[in-house]
Amino acid sequence: MEAVVNAPGIFSARLLIDVSYFLTAVLFIMGLKRMSSPVTARSGILWAGAGMAVATLVTFWHPDIPDTSNLWLIIAAIFIGSLIAWWSGKKVAMTNMPQMIALYNGMGGGAAAAIAAVELYRAAFAHAAGHSPQHNSMFMSLAVIGGIIGAISFSGSLIAWAKLQGVLNKTVRFGGQKFVNGLLFLGSLAVGVIVVLHHGADPLHVSLIFGLALLFGVAMTLPIGGADMPVVISLYNALTGLAVAFEGFVMQNAAMIIAGTVVGSAGTLLTQLMAKAMNRSLANVLFSDFGSGGGASTTEVKGSMKPIEASDVGVMMAFASKVIVVPGYGMAVAQAQHKVWEMCQLLIDRGVTVKFAIHPVAGRMPGHMNVLLAEAGVPYDLIADLDEINAEFETADVALIIGANDVVNPVARTDKSSPIYGMPILNADKAKNVIVIKRGQGAGFSGIENALFFLDNTRMLYGDGQKAAAELVNAIKAVG
Amino acid sequence: MTGIVALYIFMLAAFTGYEIIAKVPVILHTPLMSGSNFVHGIVLVGAMVALGGATTPLEKAIGFVGVLLAAGNAVGGYVVTERMLEMFKSSGAKKTGGGH
Repeated sequence: MEAVVNAPGIFSARLLIDVSYFLTAVLFIMGLKRMSSPVTARSGILWAGAGMAVATLVTFWHPDIPDTSNLWLIIAAIFIGSLIAWWSGKKVAMTNMPQMIALYNGMGGGAAAAIAAVELYRAAFAHAAGHSPQHNSMFMSLAVIGGIIGAISFSGSLIAWAKLQGVLNKTVRFGGQKFVNGLLFLGSLAVGVIVVLHHGADPLHVSLIFGLALLFGVAMTLPIGGADMPVVISLYNALTGLAVAFEGFVMQNAAMIIAGTVVGSAGTLLTQLMAKAMNRSLANVLFSDFGSGGGASTTEVKGSMKPIEASDVGVMMAFASKVIVVPGYGMAVAQAQHKVWEMCQLLIDRGVTVKFAIHPVAGRMPGHMNVLLAEAGVPYDLIADLDEINAEFETADVALIIGANDVVNPVARTDKSSPIYGMPILNADKAKNVIVIKRGQGAGFSGIENALFFLDNTRMLYGDGQKAAAELVNAIKAVG
Repeated sequence: MTGIVALYIFMLAAFTGYEIIAKVPVILHTPLMSGSNFVHGIVLVGAMVALGGATTPLEKAIGFVGVLLAAGNAVGGYVVTERMLEMFKSSGAKKTGGGH
């Protein structure tokens, strides 16, 4: 880094920036801390937002922006990027939130890669022109590593978005895929080493680093099935954080180092928590084939599915003392959460205790179902997670399953040959009566037969989620 | 900033991130991931400096794309996180409708 040309007074631009970035780091950490409790979560994003605003504003006076000729470019780029993101962020449906997060995350990774590219191309052109190297190999290595990680996160997140959005439906697999992927990654790394050793080498080498890294991001994400995508998005989130931290070292920017590292480590932990909630290891998600459809279980399910009418369910719930609702992604797809909440309010008014039981992987990613229920107006203190609620099913008169399947399948406890064996499930089968709202008789998302549907205390209410919920509302009203 | 000081910052920040997330309930996983996604939007300040110092057309073009992407990360991350967290209410905060 060149020496700061500003006057060394107390009120130098450098000091203003250092103090502001320090404040930003504090606001980010406090904000994230507040976001980890439902009571303070709302204020958390406001704190973090304030930090971002401060940092962005003072950067216009950054001493490393030597002249003002590029300022309009900066303003134009911020304006365009903000406008598109603001518009898309306001418009996106809550059900599509996971892929939107993936998209914004990919943009961050791309930005980190762009910073690396600017620095590396500059070094490469200087080296090609015969100038003596300006940066030591530490600087060059950090730029290269951050650039590779950022590029992988960029292209990988785009593929994740395309898959969840339904733009890309194919799950591409071929023999020797892992070998090709490994080759792409090692190739990118190897060219990176050449660039570091030769002080930038030449622009072609720099292009090759990014090209190979981008290809690797695509190739690595393509074979992963849609069900596993949230874990992958979370991983890319952590990777972007790491890339930002590395570029923070390159730019000598403490705010970037701290924020990037905090997100990198928090994101890594979050990824592990998510993988654990799905009963998978991270390696399993990245390198195995489960996400595309499970293997068939060998055990035969005994018994039959017994249908029931909505009016009977209405009476059963109206005179129950405790009802536990188990919602799944199917409920959100049918947009039934508003009707379900209307039904629950009727029950609560009758003095029935109502709770929502959320499996960690209900919805498209952990916590997604909570967001969808919150959108319908369900207060968060009626929502219980797996550990809290499982002991309560035994005292529940009715467990109402709507749009959930694998997460209530008791074979996960008993059948060692089942692909979901060992996955923690909601013990809905322990309730006195189990009502399952289901469109048809087919197997679930993973293709595994659900033993719960065949139990003696289970009744099936066939129909579309929203229509069934509306019928239940009417049935409860009819009870009077 | 010397290398060793940077390394200390890196180490302490890593533990901080771990500690913040360690106690988070599952119900907040999605908003928190979105919130941390917003936080790495700080890459915007780095991209601004990179574009600000760009001299050749290539550097300017890459820098421009970088700032645009970073601004998208920051603004988009903020908007969706705020939208999600806005909806989290306790039953004490909001009266339940209906009633006979």
